[in-house]
Amino acid sequence: MNGPAADAGLDTLLADIDAARSQGLAAIAAASTTDELAHTESGLFGRKSVLGRIKQGFGSLPVEMRATAGRALNEAQQELRAAYANAADELAAAARRTQLQQEWLDLTETPPGPARGHLHLVTQTTERLEDVFVGMGFTVSEGPQAETDWYNFEALNLPAAHPARSMWDTLYLDLGERTELGDGEGGEASNVVLRTHTSPVQIRVMESQPPPIYTICPGRVFRRDTADASHMPVFHQIEGLVVDRGISFADLAGTLEEFTSAYFGKAISSRLRPSYFPFTEPSAEFDITCVICGGAGCQTCQRTGWIELGGCGMVHPNVLANCGIDFEEWTGFAFGFGIDRLALMRHGIDDLRDMYTNDIRFLSQF
Amino acid sequence: MKVLLSWLREFAPIEGDPAELADHLSDLGMAVEEMRVLPPLDGVVVARVAGLRPHPEADRIQLVDVDVPGTTGEGTDGALQVCCGAFNMAEGDLVPLATVGTTMPGGLEIGERRLRGQLSQGMCCSAAELGLGDDAEGIMILPREFELGVPLMSQLGLAGDVLYDLEVNPNRPDAMSVAGVARDLAARLGVPFGVPAPVVSETGEDISTVASVEIIDPDLCGRFGVRVIRDVSIGQSPLWMQLRLVLCGMRPINSVVDVSNYVMLELGTPNHTYDLALVPDGHLGTRRSAGGERLVTLDGTEREMLRGDGLIVDRDDRPIGISGVMGGENTEISDSTTAVLLELAWWDRLSISRTSQRLGLRSEASIRFERGTDHELVPVALDRFCELLDRVTPGGVSVCSGRLDGRGDLPTAARVRVRPARMSHLLGRPFSADELRGLLDPIGLRCAVLEDDADGTLEVMIPSFRPDVATETDVAEEVARHYGYGRLGRTVPRSPEPGRLTPTQRLRRDLRRVLVGAGLSEAMPNPFLAPDAVRRAGIDGVEPVRLLNPLATEESVLRPSLLPGLLAAAAYNTSHRNQSVSLFEIGVVFGSPSARSASDELPTETEHLGAIWAGGAVVDAVRMWDLICHAFGLDASLKNSADLDGMHPVRAAEVMLGDQPIGVVGEVDPVVCERHGLDERCGWLQLDVESLLSAAAGAADRPYQVVSTYPSSDTDLAFAVSDSVQASHVRDTLQAAGGRELRSVALFDIYRGDQLASDTRSLAYRLRLQADDRTLTDEQVAEIRQRCIDAVERTHGAVLR
Repeated sequence: MNGPAADAGLDTLLADIDAARSQGLAAIAAASTTDELAHTESGLFGRKSVLGRIKQGFGSLPVEMRATAGRALNEAQQELRAAYANAADELAAAARRTQLQQEWLDLTETPPGPARGHLHLVTQTTERLEDVFVGMGFTVSEGPQAETDWYNFEALNLPAAHPARSMWDTLYLDLGERTELGDGEGGEASNVVLRTHTSPVQIRVMESQPPPIYTICPGRVFRRDTADASHMPVFHQIEGLVVDRGISFADLAGTLEEFTSAYFGKAISSRLRPSYFPFTEPSAEFDITCVICGGAGCQTCQRTGWIELGGCGMVHPNVLANCGIDFEEWTGFAFGFGIDRLALMRHGIDDLRDMYTNDIRFLSQF
Repeated sequence: MKVLLSWLREFAPIEGDPAELADHLSDLGMAVEEMRVLPPLDGVVVARVAGLRPHPEADRIQLVDVDVPGTTGEGTDGALQVCCGAFNMAEGDLVPLATVGTTMPGGLEIGERRLRGQLSQGMCCSAAELGLGDDAEGIMILPREFELGVPLMSQLGLAGDVLYDLEVNPNRPDAMSVAGVARDLAARLGVPFGVPAPVVSETGEDISTVASVEIIDPDLCGRFGVRVIRDVSIGQSPLWMQLRLVLCGMRPINSVVDVSNYVMLELGTPNHTYDLALVPDGHLGTRRSAGGERLVTLDGTEREMLRGDGLIVDRDDRPIGISGVMGGENTEISDSTTAVLLELAWWDRLSISRTSQRLGLRSEASIRFERGTDHELVPVALDRFCELLDRVTPGGVSVCSGRLDGRGDLPTAARVRVRPARMSHLLGRPFSADELRGLLDPIGLRCAVLEDDADGTLEVMIPSFRPDVATETDVAEEVARHYGYGRLGRTVPRSPEPGRLTPTQRLRRDLRRVLVGAGLSEAMPNPFLAPDAVRRAGIDGVEPVRLLNPLATEESVLRPSLLPGLLAAAAYNTSHRNQSVSLFEIGVVFGSPSARSASDELPTETEHLGAIWAGGAVVDAVRMWDLICHAFGLDASLKNSADLDGMHPVRAAEVMLGDQPIGVVGEVDPVVCERHGLDERCGWLQLDVESLLSAAAGAADRPYQVVSTYPSSDTDLAFAVSDSVQASHVRDTLQAAGGRELRSVALFDIYRGDQLASDTRSLAYRLRLQADDRTLTDEQVAEIRQRCIDAVERTHGAVLR
């Protein structure tokens, strides 16, 4: 079959396909929800849809028309499917957007959750100090808080009845059996004390390990002091000890300077002044640039520009000898200062006692 | 120790800016605590009291007419009229007058003003107002020979003088005297130093006819010098002497006492005076007490001697003084004294130290004797005393000829070998023998080069005024001091080993951070407790270590547990409206003295972790223990235990590592909480840190467990279990029965109720099963499940629900 009738039939068919395509697109565009869109699906793509029925009629078409019409139908179907998929995506996205919009939250409404705790300032300061010295090649040594008279005094070149013992107000322990001090008149002195400094740890280190020794001894110490703004009967100290061949006073000065700038910053430097301690010779007082005024002079440093940090010196030959170290072969230096005071200085705390109330309003600031 | 620059200059020509001199003093180890330059006060002149009149309008003020040459004022006969609140002067007295326009040391500016209608043309001054001591009671009355109209301070020789307050270290007995400070400073400045020889004209009889000395215990008294001075009249010492004493912190008493103190300050030689008439035969002996002797000292207190205390005794062995500490009332100088027996001794340092400390009598004298005085100065100081007393006594005194000089055991003059190489090694800078000598000679450490010694070794003679210098190392300090600590170099030695924390130290830091991360804050309670605090915390059977000399009873024992301290800390917070704090502490606790072994001198110290949850539940504490175990790779386990110290009777467990108890977890006994003023319930965890961390160190390098890539399957089991069976034991049984393929056991439900017997609860566990090398089949899962059921039923008498 050929001729104008056939051509007219093809034109009608193509027009039908095109109309179905247009209607389909309109139906897709009209769907405003995913559900509405789903309702259009069978009308667009099912066997009973317009295009479905046209396709079913293809069997009766002449061969030469079938190819042309088939191509048109496929194109229309593809276009509709694409439009449908596109619309489905857009409607789904819009639906999600709408849903999320409904999930609005004021994040500032959040009630506080679990808080982290806080390390005590003394711990924080001790760890900072340890870290600086570990970086300088030191180990950290520990020892008992209750000590014998030997470790706390005698081995440190402070024999019984040495007048310099009065430099420390010592707390003695009652362990049941009382031991008189060497002078025979003391009567109630005991042989065991609460260590008045961490120096006994130095003795224990020197007794137990051969030089070279580079160590620090941080820890709790005790004095028979009434608590006030700058004294506590229980406080914390850090001491350092170096014993090696050829150690000199210049090594002491250099080590303290290195520590000072590492801990306090480059702007702060150190100086040594002659002093006296029974366990060191030469002995020195260890000052640093006033951290408040930077050395210009202020109330804190009594206008000197310097603040006293601690004591130091070359380990006394008697101390080395007491630990079985040959002081001709080995020399050493030691230094010590308070940890608590550094914490006060860093945070501008006026009263040492505040640090030991254990008030959470204090603890949680740091 | 206070020194006046003008006094220092009597021993050495010290010049220079006062502040620079202060820096030198500090750098030499005599830290200047305060420096005061005395102002010239040119406006304060010497004036004569011409008349005294009452103030017409005021009782407490009088009108003083004062004459000052070259001035005319509103007072009687053209004198200046001054209103004055003091009444101690008389007509004819010379007084300091601050003229109009003068600025006083305290900043007060003197102006012409009216007081209750009367003109005041200046101010009559007290010593305190002039900065010359504490005496603010009355107007200073000046010596008659002072020149009218001339500025007072320059007449006193004090204008521009400098007062230094020095901190002297205990090893510097030499610096406890004006002369000693001058010696050190002169050496630093490179100027000559010398102690002028006193001049004494001996006009009295030979001393041996009136006095004698006996040293009975030579180890107590090394030297005992005596002079006898007659024709003494006790009066006031001259103003210049009084002012020096006042400025140096001593109170003028009378001429004899003032001279005594003056000599002590100047030469560092304490001395004592007796009324010769009260000492039979002028005999002084010295010995140690056998104990029990009594003596009333100068302060009016009766003292009882202990064995070994040093005494001065008279001819009849009667105590008349405590050696080096304080004299006796029975031989005291009085206004009627005319002959003085002067003692200048050298005492054993330790004896003085012990006696003065025991008696609580620390005087300027005992402080100097304790540190060590210069025995070679004994004759010089005796003579200086006589010279000064002669000078300050109107008409002079008569000094008996000769001195008594008793000798006991004196330290032998030390000679110290000093190797330049050793000095260089110790101080970190090369020092030649010549350099050393240049530093040491000026401070009296005389150096001689050893003959035939290629190393330049010096032999240093240690002078008697430096008993603290006894070894080569001591000399090194002197070298360093005079070279200047700041001029020695700075080098940094390096350890051959890298610095590090020990595993325990690192893990202890980790432990703190686990606790902090879980919301606990670190407290540091007082380790001292009141004796009943231990019992109040519910801890029985522990006898805490007691302090022999506590500051207060509330702080008289060492804590045997962290519980009392943390309870107190929690209570402090609660009482300050900081509710529900959770605190921890890592600290040492002390064992009972009786618990230590016979060979231990020291009480046992154990490091504990204590943690408290105020207003918290026992579950907080248990979870913390789980968290710690998890953090350190340990297996947590607990053993329910009744009646643990301080704990709720049935809400506590022992914390176990394997079968080793290392602590306690639970709820604090509410009765204990109440005793501490805590109305909240408290959770508690206590661990032995050493045990914990050594286990943690052991687990630190635990090997990796391969994560299986095969599917896992979960199965739930619920058992009815008697309350007498600890839930963790059921779990352990499941774990053991499940074997390798049982990856986790989680207790997810606990039920008590009608469907169960009253002492039984349902425990529901979720088991996750998984193999490393295959997918478990349904049969295999079923088999493992059955094994678990059988084991729990068999072991615990439980029933699967």
